[in-house]
This record gives sequence, C-alpha cells and structure tokens, in this order.
Amino acid sequence: MSKTLRIPLVKLAHARSGDKADWVDFGLFAWNEAGYRIFEREVTAARVQAHFAPWLPGPVDAWPLPNILALKFVLHGALQGGGARNLRLDNLGKAMGAALLRMEISITAEEFEQAQKSPRKGWWPEPKV
Amino acid sequence: MTQSIRIGSGLGFYGDNWEPVVASIERGQVQYIASDHLAELTLAILQKDRQRDPALGYARDVVPMLLRLWPLMQPRDVRFVCNAGGLNPMGAAQAVQTALAAKGWHPRIAVVSGDDVLTQLQAPDTHFNHMMNSTDVASVRERLVFGNAYLGAQPIVEALDQGADIVITGRVADAALFLGPLVHGLGWKLMDAATPEDFNRLAQGLTVGHLLECSGQGSGGNFGSQGDWQNIPDLAHIGYPIAEVWQDGTAFITKAPDTGGLVNFDTVRQQLLYEVHNPHAYFSPDVVLDMGQIELHDEGQNRVRLTGAQGRTPTDQLKVVAGFKDGFKAEITWGFSWPDAWDKVQAAEAVIRTQLQERNMPFDELFVEYPGLNSAHGPLAPMPPAAELNERAEIWVRLVLRTQVKAVADGFGRLFPWMALSGPAYTCGFQGLNNTSELLGIWPTLIDRHLVKARIDMLEVQT
Repeated sequence: MSKTLRIPLVKLAHARSGDKADWVDFGLFAWNEAGYRIFEREVTAARVQAHFAPWLPGPVDAWPLPNILALKFVLHGALQGGGARNLRLDNLGKAMGAALLRMEISITAEEFEQAQKSPRKGWWPEPKV
Repeated sequence: MTQSIRIGSGLGFYGDNWEPVVASIERGQVQYIASDHLAELTLAILQKDRQRDPALGYARDVVPMLLRLWPLMQPRDVRFVCNAGGLNPMGAAQAVQTALAAKGWHPRIAVVSGDDVLTQLQAPDTHFNHMMNSTDVASVRERLVFGNAYLGAQPIVEALDQGADIVITGRVADAALFLGPLVHGLGWKLMDAATPEDFNRLAQGLTVGHLLECSGQGSGGNFGSQGDWQNIPDLAHIGYPIAEVWQDGTAFITKAPDTGGLVNFDTVRQQLLYEVHNPHAYFSPDVVLDMGQIELHDEGQNRVRLTGAQGRTPTDQLKVVAGFKDGFKAEITWGFSWPDAWDKVQAAEAVIRTQLQERNMPFDELFVEYPGLNSAHGPLAPMPPAAELNERAEIWVRLVLRTQVKAVADGFGRLFPWMALSGPAYTCGFQGLNNTSELLGIWPTLIDRHLVKARIDMLEVQT
C-alpha cells in the first residue's frame, strides 16, 4: 500500500484567475494526462468551495475539460460585489489563481511520482542555466 | 477567395503597451490589428472623463498609438479595428483623424456606435434584472451612470466592406474586434450563418479573438505557476499573439519572429479559459461557443494549432454592462517598524475605530488588510503568530473606509495626523490624507437584440 501524501496543487498544476462582476473564475491545468486524472478525482467543486470557505464562502461551479487537461471553476460572491466597489488591494482577484494553487489534495506517493515524472504535453524552451 | 489571413493583437486594456505591435506589423505579416481598450469597468473611468469634458469619454491612448503605428501600417495595407471609442466613438475618431491629418496622413475612418442603452435602462417600468442575482434594476435606476450593450461583429464587417482603414467602435464583444476582420477577410457567413459548418467557423473565429484580446497574456505574459515564468524568454520584448486563420476555420496562434514571450500549449490554454464561465456555452452576439472539443497542438516553436471549436446559433438577447454610483471609499496605508510592530498596528487600528464612533461618522465597513501578509490570499495565506509578527522588521496596514457619505470619506484621513506625535513610536510611512474616491457597482443584464441598433458612420476624408 502506497503512502498517502498531502500535496498542494502548485506542485502539479498551473492556473489563472479572472473576474466578471462579482465572480472570480479559475482555469486549473494539469501538465499531463497523469496529473489530469488525479484532478478529475480530487479537485471537485465541493473541495474548492471548502478551500476558499474560510475567506470567501460563495458557491462554486465546476466543468471538466479533458480535451485540454483542464478544470474550470467559478467562485460566486468573490469580489465584495465587483471590482469597482471592492476595497481589497487585489480588487480584481488577479492573485486568486495562486490562492487556488495553495489547495492541498490527498494522493498516493506513486500517483505523485507518476504525475511529476510524466513529460509535459506542451513544448517548452530549455530552462536558462 | 483568400485562403488565410493573419491578424495581430493590439492593446489588451486602456494603458497597455503598443510597442510590441510594431514587431507584429513589421515582421509578423499581419493584415489586421485588433485592439481591445475596454475592460469590464473601463467605461466607468471614461464616464468620469466625459463628466469633466463632453468631448472626452474615449480611450485617449488610441491617438498616440496610431501616431506611432499608422505610418507602419499604411505602406503594408494593414487595417486597424479597436473599441477605443468607449462612450464617445465619434469623438475618438475625430481626435485620431485630426492628429493623423496634422502629419499629412488621411486614412478612411469608420465609427461604430449604437451600443449606448443607458436611456433604455433609465426608463421607468423596464425590467433589466441583474444577470447574476435577478434583482430588479429599479433598485439602482436613479444611480446609473452608463449602460452599454455588447455589439457583435456585423457592424465591423460592414465598416471594413465599405473600405475603412481604421474602425473605431464603442462597446462591442471583445472577441468581435477580431471576428469582424476574419468574417470580412475570409468571406464567412455571419448574419446568414445557417449550417453547423458556418457556426463552427464563427466559433473558431471567436476563440481566436478570445485568445488575442488580452495582448501579452496570450503569449506567455502572466503565466501562472511555480518556477516557469522565469523561463519565458525576454518578456521585456514580448511579441503579442498573432493568429493565422484559414478559410475552413483552422487557426494557428503564433507571434512575430525575434520577439520575447512564449506561445505553446500551456500559455494558450491558460488564456483560453480566462474569464470564461460555462466553457460549453460561451455567449457572444454572433455565436455561442462550446470549448469542449477544442484541440490545441504545438506545431513547433511558438506555433499552436487550434481546431474543434463548436458553434451554435446566438440568442435573441445582448449582454449589457451598466454601472451605478455605489458610495465612497477613503484609504490610508500606514507602516510600523520593529519592535512590537504588530501590537502597535492593532492599537492604532483600535484608536481609529474609537474615533469613528465618537465622532458619529456613519460608515458601512472599515476594511483592514496587511500588505505583505494577507492582501493577496486573505486567511488562506499562513498568518504567523503575534509574537513572531512583533519581531518583524515592519508591518504595514491598509485601512479602507466604505461610506455612503462623501464628507465622511473626506474626513477619514484627518483622523490620523495627530498620531504622528501622540501615537505609537517608530511609524515608517503614511499615505492617504486626502484619498476619497467614488465606488461604482456593476450591473450586468440582458437586452432584446431588436432594441439595439448599431450605426456605422464613415468620416469624410479631409485632404
């Protein structure tokens, strides 16, 4: 039996947030198929809602997009009514994509290793040395 | 009929950088540039401009932008579409025409208007319910300051058909700025679209527009993850995205050679879902897009193939975004140094609350956040214990008052100066003595399409 780990999404995903009126929306992207299979199981609307609840308890909608290895989430009531009346410094929720990447999920050590070792689907230039 | 055309991204918001567009024009082989100057709330800024001066109310950056770009576009037959008209498209067009004429340049300029539906929203007995919570517009009607419908691509197509070199619109769907030139250039069916193929082509075009409407965010800018943006080449010289779109709708997202940034499967799909809600029903005036079958594929370096967007008939309603006056805020930012910085912040905050109460200053909310600790992620960010915070070199607090009374907002900053001599020691910065601004609520709603009449005016060419 493989050990279960608590892994923050930042280790397995990339994400961007945007705003429309009082809603913040998130794209959450697995780097590869192995990562996407984990997300489909672990990153549910209910869990995303629970993750944000200590801060923003609004309901969450979710849609899976296996064609691009992504999940789409929308968090309602996230901006104090909307960007032009929101008193926060981050009035448009630009940094909230990173807040989603703080979320932890439970996966086996094997799953984690497989998702991390599998190559990225996208082409990336060689990292700068 | 043209087999394919290339269209490049202009600005992604009012205030964006147009220098990357130079590379798209000079080396990107584009025939069109489409430029989005209007975020959801930009009309609120433009409304304040117009209040000061009725000749304003448009995104003024379009004038210096075209002074820079038009002499590069003109010899290459590159045409330009933008929504910089804001609340005053004719004013924008005339300002552009005057500025370019002073240089001896005389492009044909078309103006698209008709998006302003404020008077319809203000009329009594109408029911423009809030799209998200169904509240009746009557609750804000007296406070509305602007209301604009999102027009589709059709008036842009007509303006280009009439030979416009530059098309300046008010509010149109952001992606329509791109879909218009594609429909015009590739001869796609728009108003007469009927078959699944017709709608799928429009869906491809809409997707292209969506990917390009945020300038650098479609080519590696803002790429959000851990450890990757550092490897995105040369953001200082980023190339904005360019789309090569074929007759059948197949599209390739790329950028000009020898520019920075990165166009790949990851950067493109991060933008694909940006500000999308239900990805199976992305509404626009021209087509309803389903992203569920979209395929993105790296065709090599900085070239991504886009296929599979599915389209269906648009609805009989257009989206409207209105803004209404929604009180005032006043904010101060205040710094406290070691030692005991955290305790001092808490004590100072309590003093402010006491003063607000003792002076009977009515307010809705005193919002408090600590930049450097919790302003980005609120309570989701780990907050160190008080003892540790007291050892920090400095703690900054941002106090923001929300009130319906302007005089109260104006008086907020005045609660602080006396503490420069009679408050906690070792403060290290204070800003916000006079810092009131008006807040605007946003009112998204729907309007029947037949109530909105787009209008196209060609400016007379003055030589």
